[in-house]
Amino acid sequence: MRLRWMSAAAMAVSLAVGSAGVYAQAAMDESEKEIERYRAMINDPMANPGYLAVDRGEVLWSEKRGKKNVSLETCDLGMGAGKLEGAYAQLPRYFKDSDKVMDLEQRLLWCMQTVQELDTADVVARRFSGPGRASDMEDLVAFIGNKSNGMKIEPQTSHPKEKELTEIGEAMFYRRAGVMDFSCASCHGEEGKRIRLQGLPDFSKPGKAAQDTMASWPTYRVSQSALRTMQHRLWDCFRQQRWPSPDYAAEGLTALTMFLNKQAAGGEINVPSIKR
Amino acid sequence: MTIRTLIAAGLAIGLCTAASPALAQEKTDAAAFQKMEAAVKATFSRATPEWQKRIELDETQRLCTIARNQVSAADADAIQKRESASIVMPADGKFLGDWKNGFAVANSGRGGQFSDDAKTINGGNCYACHQMDPKELSYGTLGPSLAAYGRDRKYDEAAIKDAWKKIYNSQAVVACSNMPRFGVTKFLDEQQLKDVMAYLFDPNSPVNK
Repeated sequence: MRLRWMSAAAMAVSLAVGSAGVYAQAAMDESEKEIERYRAMINDPMANPGYLAVDRGEVLWSEKRGKKNVSLETCDLGMGAGKLEGAYAQLPRYFKDSDKVMDLEQRLLWCMQTVQELDTADVVARRFSGPGRASDMEDLVAFIGNKSNGMKIEPQTSHPKEKELTEIGEAMFYRRAGVMDFSCASCHGEEGKRIRLQGLPDFSKPGKAAQDTMASWPTYRVSQSALRTMQHRLWDCFRQQRWPSPDYAAEGLTALTMFLNKQAAGGEINVPSIKR
Repeated sequence: MTIRTLIAAGLAIGLCTAASPALAQEKTDAAAFQKMEAAVKATFSRATPEWQKRIELDETQRLCTIARNQVSAADADAIQKRESASIVMPADGKFLGDWKNGFAVANSGRGGQFSDDAKTINGGNCYACHQMDPKELSYGTLGPSLAAYGRDRKYDEAAIKDAWKKIYNSQAVVACSNMPRFGVTKFLDEQQLKDVMAYLFDPNSPVNK
């Protein structure tokens, strides 16, 4: 196909959308307004059950556990031992003691294993909460993430491994596989697209869509009656992508988070948020 | 030019350009590709061998991954040629099934997920990305609108064959199309494909009302 013909036809298309799509557009605006109204209605911090997870997380942080019978209060999340303010805004990051780039959940597991000498099998089994089954990880992430509220997402790139993992995450974002040939970019590679009625943030370029998304996780999911972390969000994306279930706290999830945070740099954190 | 022709032109473009982003993307070089593959392997290490196999890249997926869908003209030709060879036309020569069953296929997003069981009947999930019946408001916009699809093409024989090819293997028509290759992957069976075709081309289908 000739380029000239394509661009001429493309102009015809935008004309067509401008005139013929008027009825459908009006109906759509109504639906979108309703969805917006619902979002505004549930976005009330005083009524956000995610804050119950914050409170539970605070208790877990200072609870003595593991063979050493100590709390997590000496765990270094990157800002120094036990310092929580602003830690989440700079995660994932490189940690010298483990020689790895870690997200908050990987780091918490590491601290449980090394600081507390806690057998984390049960914690990992309860990585996602369910009816009658609380998740320590969700609660801790809610508590610690909340300590970065008002701060801006600050992607870490000073260590070569941070840079490398960000690049791996970016490459993974475009990896097309599975029975549907889907990559992350299949849904999140263009601006202003929807799946059914659900708006899809574009993560292929830096900016507001990525900022608003990454700055609002962890979130309380009304439809799941649970606080969910980015680990859960990515796990659910892979389910919909028709890929296998990813390992919890796996390298690739941190890589994707690094890339997404790069696109979201400067986004002001306000968590836990509340979403449908 | 009438509105109708403009819309028809728009649909034709939609088919041609599929959904690959217009922006030029960086490419994934060989070293980055290897690191990515190692990370993917580490990320799905607990999946069953059968599931791990599902995300190994075939040659088409590999090319689209590396080029981030912006393949060279030569690679695009190679992809379209290879994918075209996989297309199987209906055994009985009939392209159109039952549009009512076709709606069910177009409306279902089930199947192929790790949360599905073996008994799950796969759906085409067309509505996730396309407008179809203009009265249905819950449709996605990742793909072009398919409203009045058959009517706009005057239910033409050649257009019916083209649509079969597109649904059977989108990448035979556009290299690195965002659309799944429903027939060649056997995600939908022949009857389901025929039913979706009828949803698009039957004059009684709400798509054409």
